[in-house]
Amino acid sequence: MTESSSQKASVVVECLRSWSPQAVSEVIEFRGETTVVVSRNLLRAVAERCHADSKLQFNLLSDATCLDRYPVEPRFELNYQLVSIPRRDRVRLQVRLSGQDPVVDSLVPVWPGANWLEREIFDLFGIRFSGHPDLRRILLPDDWEGYPLRRDYPVEGFRDVPSSGDLFKKSSML
Amino acid sequence: MTTVDTVTGAAKTMVLNMGPQHPSTHGVLRILLELDGETVVKAVPDLGYLHTGIEKSCEDKTYSQVITLTDRMDYLNPLGNNLVYCMAVEKLLGLEVPRRAQYIRVLMVELQRISSHLVWLGTHAIDLGAMSVFLYCFREREEILKIFEMFSGQRMMTSYIRIGGLALDPPAGWRQAVQKFLNMMPARVDEYETLLTQNPIWIGRTKGVGYISPEDAIALSMTGPTLRAAGVAYDNRKVFPYSSYEEFNFDVPTRRESDCYARYLVRVAEMRESLKIVKQAMEKITDEGPIKAEAPGIIPPQREKMKTEMEALIYHFKIFTEGFSPQPGEAFVAVESPRGELGCFVASDGSPKPLRVHFRPPSFINLQALPKLIEGQLIADVIACIGTIDIILGEVDR
Repeated sequence: MTESSSQKASVVVECLRSWSPQAVSEVIEFRGETTVVVSRNLLRAVAERCHADSKLQFNLLSDATCLDRYPVEPRFELNYQLVSIPRRDRVRLQVRLSGQDPVVDSLVPVWPGANWLEREIFDLFGIRFSGHPDLRRILLPDDWEGYPLRRDYPVEGFRDVPSSGDLFKKSSML
Repeated sequence: MTTVDTVTGAAKTMVLNMGPQHPSTHGVLRILLELDGETVVKAVPDLGYLHTGIEKSCEDKTYSQVITLTDRMDYLNPLGNNLVYCMAVEKLLGLEVPRRAQYIRVLMVELQRISSHLVWLGTHAIDLGAMSVFLYCFREREEILKIFEMFSGQRMMTSYIRIGGLALDPPAGWRQAVQKFLNMMPARVDEYETLLTQNPIWIGRTKGVGYISPEDAIALSMTGPTLRAAGVAYDNRKVFPYSSYEEFNFDVPTRRESDCYARYLVRVAEMRESLKIVKQAMEKITDEGPIKAEAPGIIPPQREKMKTEMEALIYHFKIFTEGFSPQPGEAFVAVESPRGELGCFVASDGSPKPLRVHFRPPSFINLQALPKLIEGQLIADVIACIGTIDIILGEVDR
């Protein structure tokens, strides 16, 4: 890791800690990337701080995605990649959610661009975002059952695939 | 099935279903439009018609096998997709790629950017009624695809960029082929500009159409030429340089008007900048040198070594039967694709298959701003606005 990136990372963490001591529950440094782990009920407040603070200025939400660590609990990890265009900096916010209660505050009020990203996570992981203006499935049909990107969802899906013999029987009956 | 709640609820508006099989939607995108006469009151995009679950499939493959899937997302930018995925895995592994391989990657990705912008220009022009530009653009794109075929054996789904380096050494005669293209291309870009830039019909269809303010564009996470046409010089190649871009001398074209015409001018200027980068990359690439990192157990060994060294044979067998296992961790890498910031998030749990592979698709996120661009505009401008975002539905739906 270069000197400047570690300094920049500490700016983010210090800035959040000086604002609220509970804001940062853990800091992970891996391959020059900083991940700031935030507790679920503080996510919206920390995001607002990152967006509005003149020392942080994270004005662009680059990406949001989920990771399922099933069967480990808390199984879901939400990762938000923030970019500060004026400061040329990146940071990752992470929130961990349990499988029983996968609900978290929506970040659409902070970054309107979170809208479709959160819809995608809802669609594929079944995580609900409270305060989201339009939480519908986005890629899958509305009547799809289950959440395909969860680790306990088989790659082939749940539907019964008929064997080739059955297929042949049906076509000969027609 | 997505339905639209009309804004006014009054009988004077009409709901029109555009797509999913509309020629100007560049794939299968459905948009529900609420119209008041010819004016769009509300627009609701409906996606997912091309969803193939690529991210789920990635979890069932070894790290090297995923590369072929990345080709098929943004099919106009397969090399860029290869690059971002390979860079994410290299970051996870802590692998350093040889300089020569980095320059060749830059060369290929910049040629890809030109070819992608050519397809965009041709199809966008044909949507707005300029037939001949399309034919010229595809003529030059063919030349680029021939160069790709020369390098990798494939015209489109190249899978040329691999974890730790490249699949093959550049072929004999590649310099002449690229030089021939470089000699020809600047005059051809001028030719497209003579057809469009001063064309009154083109200006009438694009100037002042699809405005978005820079604040709204950033708030909606827009990136790429659409953001740069709004005056924000955000380009990953400059802001967060990767793959030796810091050594290249090029400009980031921006405009302030933020309409379809400005986006057209930005993309044409980007083609010229890419030509500059290709020229510099050609000078930097030496004739001799490694194209793969030295990492036994991760990078497949050379054929000759496998026939003389036992370790090489063992590594070859292990890589292709069980793959390699990066240490647990997560990595996110972003590159500048022709459409904007293309990101890749890879998480490892220490097994030979990735725990999660996620792509940040620029056209999916830019498409989010479509209602903002077209609400209040005429229905004919919807087509100009879809074209100007440059969406690739393979990448939007993945």
